[in-house]
Amino acid sequence: MSEVPGDGSVQTSLHIDPYERNWMRLTVVLLVVFATAVTIAGFALGFQVPSPEERVDPNTVAIGDGPFGEPGLRAYPDGSYDLYVVAQMFSFAPNEVTISAGSEVTFYVTSVDVQHGFKIQNTNVNMQIVPGQVSKLTMTFDEPGTYDFICTEYCGSAHAQMYGTLTVEK
Amino acid sequence: MLTTPTYELTKSEKSFISQHLLFAFIALAIGSLFGPLQAFEFSGVDFYPLLEPVIQSYYQGLTLHGVLNALIFTTFFITGFLTLTTIYGLKRPLKYPLLNRIGFWTMVVGLLMAAVPILLNEASVLYTFYPPLQANVFFYFGLTLVVVGSWIEGYGFIFTWREWRKENPGVRTPLMTFGGLITMVMWQLATLGIAVEILTMLIPWALGLIDGADPQLARTYFWFTGHPLVYFWLLPAYVSWYAMLPKQAGGKLFSDSLARIAFWLFLLLSVPLGFHHQFVDPGVPAGWKYIHAILTYAVFFPSMITAFTVIASLERAGRKRGGKGWLGWIPKLPWNDPSVSAQLLAGILFFFGGIGGITNASYNINLVIHNTAWVSGHFHLTVASASALSFMGISYWLVPYLRGRRLWSRKWAQIQTWLWFVGMLIFSNAMHVLGLLGAPRRTPLGEAPYVPDEWSGHLLRTSIGGAILFVSAYMFVFNIARTWWSKKLLAGPDEEVEIPVAESVHPAQETPAKLDWWTPWLIGTVALILVAYGPQLIEQIGNIDLSSPGFRP
Ligand code: HEM
Ligand SMILES: [Cu+2]
Ligand SMILES: [Cu+2]
Repeated sequence: MSEVPGDGSVQTSLHIDPYERNWMRLTVVLLVVFATAVTIAGFALGFQVPSPEERVDPNTVAIGDGPFGEPGLRAYPDGSYDLYVVAQMFSFAPNEVTISAGSEVTFYVTSVDVQHGFKIQNTNVNMQIVPGQVSKLTMTFDEPGTYDFICTEYCGSAHAQMYGTLTVEK
Repeated sequence: MLTTPTYELTKSEKSFISQHLLFAFIALAIGSLFGPLQAFEFSGVDFYPLLEPVIQSYYQGLTLHGVLNALIFTTFFITGFLTLTTIYGLKRPLKYPLLNRIGFWTMVVGLLMAAVPILLNEASVLYTFYPPLQANVFFYFGLTLVVVGSWIEGYGFIFTWREWRKENPGVRTPLMTFGGLITMVMWQLATLGIAVEILTMLIPWALGLIDGADPQLARTYFWFTGHPLVYFWLLPAYVSWYAMLPKQAGGKLFSDSLARIAFWLFLLLSVPLGFHHQFVDPGVPAGWKYIHAILTYAVFFPSMITAFTVIASLERAGRKRGGKGWLGWIPKLPWNDPSVSAQLLAGILFFFGGIGGITNASYNINLVIHNTAWVSGHFHLTVASASALSFMGISYWLVPYLRGRRLWSRKWAQIQTWLWFVGMLIFSNAMHVLGLLGAPRRTPLGEAPYVPDEWSGHLLRTSIGGAILFVSAYMFVFNIARTWWSKKLLAGPDEEVEIPVAESVHPAQETPAKLDWWTPWLIGTVALILVAYGPQLIEQIGNIDLSSPGFRP
């Protein structure tokens, strides 16, 4: 498909209607606005998406002496937490977690079998859980209440039953 | 001026295209049974137990729905329709008709090969087949053959075009053929992702030749193809919107040049964006996700050109038909032609789909809706409306043309297009709202324990929309079936069905020659793919870890 088109061209300059030209300009402006908004939200305000954290062996990660060998909360003196979660068909371990309001929690989630999802309702925590990888996001919980964390990726017949709860106490 | 010889498709060309459509419509008929069942399940009306032992679970049904509607119906319809736009546009027969036949039958064999394990509940892995969920190996063989068959048909179009080019140096490729060629060339490049995924990882793994898969790398391969797949669905609808619909509406194409620029930009920008489906993946660096997010915004540009050019063409048509004032041209369009109304309504639904699409593409905002019902709501506006409803509209002239029979009922066809529109507005709005409230997709929400009362009204609306869509889908299938085997042959020249070919306001021959020149665009396309994907592919393949054994759902 490399032939340079030969003769037969009546005219070679591009004709663009003035309205359409303005429309295209407007489109470019809109795009720049969107891109700027996303960039500011991502890099200045810190609304980030997951990024590679660690590779693990899905067959052994939950039986070794690593943090996923004993999943659960780790509390730190400054009031923040790390929460290690193991996802498997069709449950999360742990599936009930309690923290105190105002604390910052960093979630580390991995899977020992198939892909799962990890979405905490009414928050921006939403991650794909992929065997062999550790998904990580950090979130501060100011509002007391009960937050369900649910599996959002099809993982087999009882996928709809797979969830846990995070309780934020006053 | 150039003379335009007329070309009448031969009987065997018509029947070859018809065979494509037959498989497409059967896939749509079966696939569309399950969508409504899913939607009913959401409000607690679960028909699946009644279907045992034929269909054993919600997920076997969902696999059938996704594979038959989104992969089979589309691919067979598209290859058939683009066969027509190739030969009718170029006014010459296929260069190697046998090659295209081989391509077609390869797709059929692939379809049957994949269908058996799906029907035996041996491949309930959904149409994305993410490992470590594992299907019977014939599912993967079958899908491979469908893709390879579509490649072969694409080569057939390219050889035909090259031959035409030799015979017609310096003539602009007719727009309908041009759009079809871009679609197929894009598809060749795009499907390299799943080809590599299936051939180097999933088949050896399903056969037990390797112990494990690398699920993260598999996702990266999959979405290399998965995003441009949506353009494979959409571009053939654009071919109709640009190169046919203006004529059906009684007008001309507003700008041939901009139509071509839009198609080139879709070729350039379809592939290097796939990470926007992986914003929440753990194994892809945030920086690359960000780059793909920005590139995704760039595709907004040819989409906006398309919106402008198509609407401007329709406006001219409406004004020519006596429309006055700002919006007075809209009611003057030939809404009573079901082929036109289907495509106009598809375009309106697509407008909402586009707005939602910008949200999805927006990097961190994606976290709000990822893997929720919002996403399903979104792609029923795009693939299940912009594409599927347009394809239905095309069928309303194409089937009578190919079969030489009168459309069984125009009235039904009109009602059908509006029912799809109304049903889809209700269905997709409810799904979008559910997604914002946190409802996951791919989940039988009727049985999920965490569903709050707050969702129930929207779940009910999903079911109502689904019921309306079901009626619409079957009115289409019934109308087409009655037409297909009708005894009422088209009688005489005044009943003749014409293939709509839109002229452009400025004749195509005035379009700059460089807009008909492939080399620079192909180089640019490949270069952009290398830049956007190369480093991550090298890194992810370099760190491949085949340690995930398979799980049969
Ligand atoms: C007949 C009307 C239809 C109805 C009522 C309907 C309904 C649904 C529902 C409720 C879901 C979500 C299921 C879930 O996430 O658990 C779904 C998924 C889907 N639908 Fe439809 N649908 C229809 C037609 C179509 C058409 C025409 C197409 C494409 C051409 C299509 C493509 C898809 C795809 C690709 C999925 C995703 C499957 C997956 O997540 O694996 N649908 N549909
Ligand atoms: Cu799960
Ligand atoms: Cu995409």
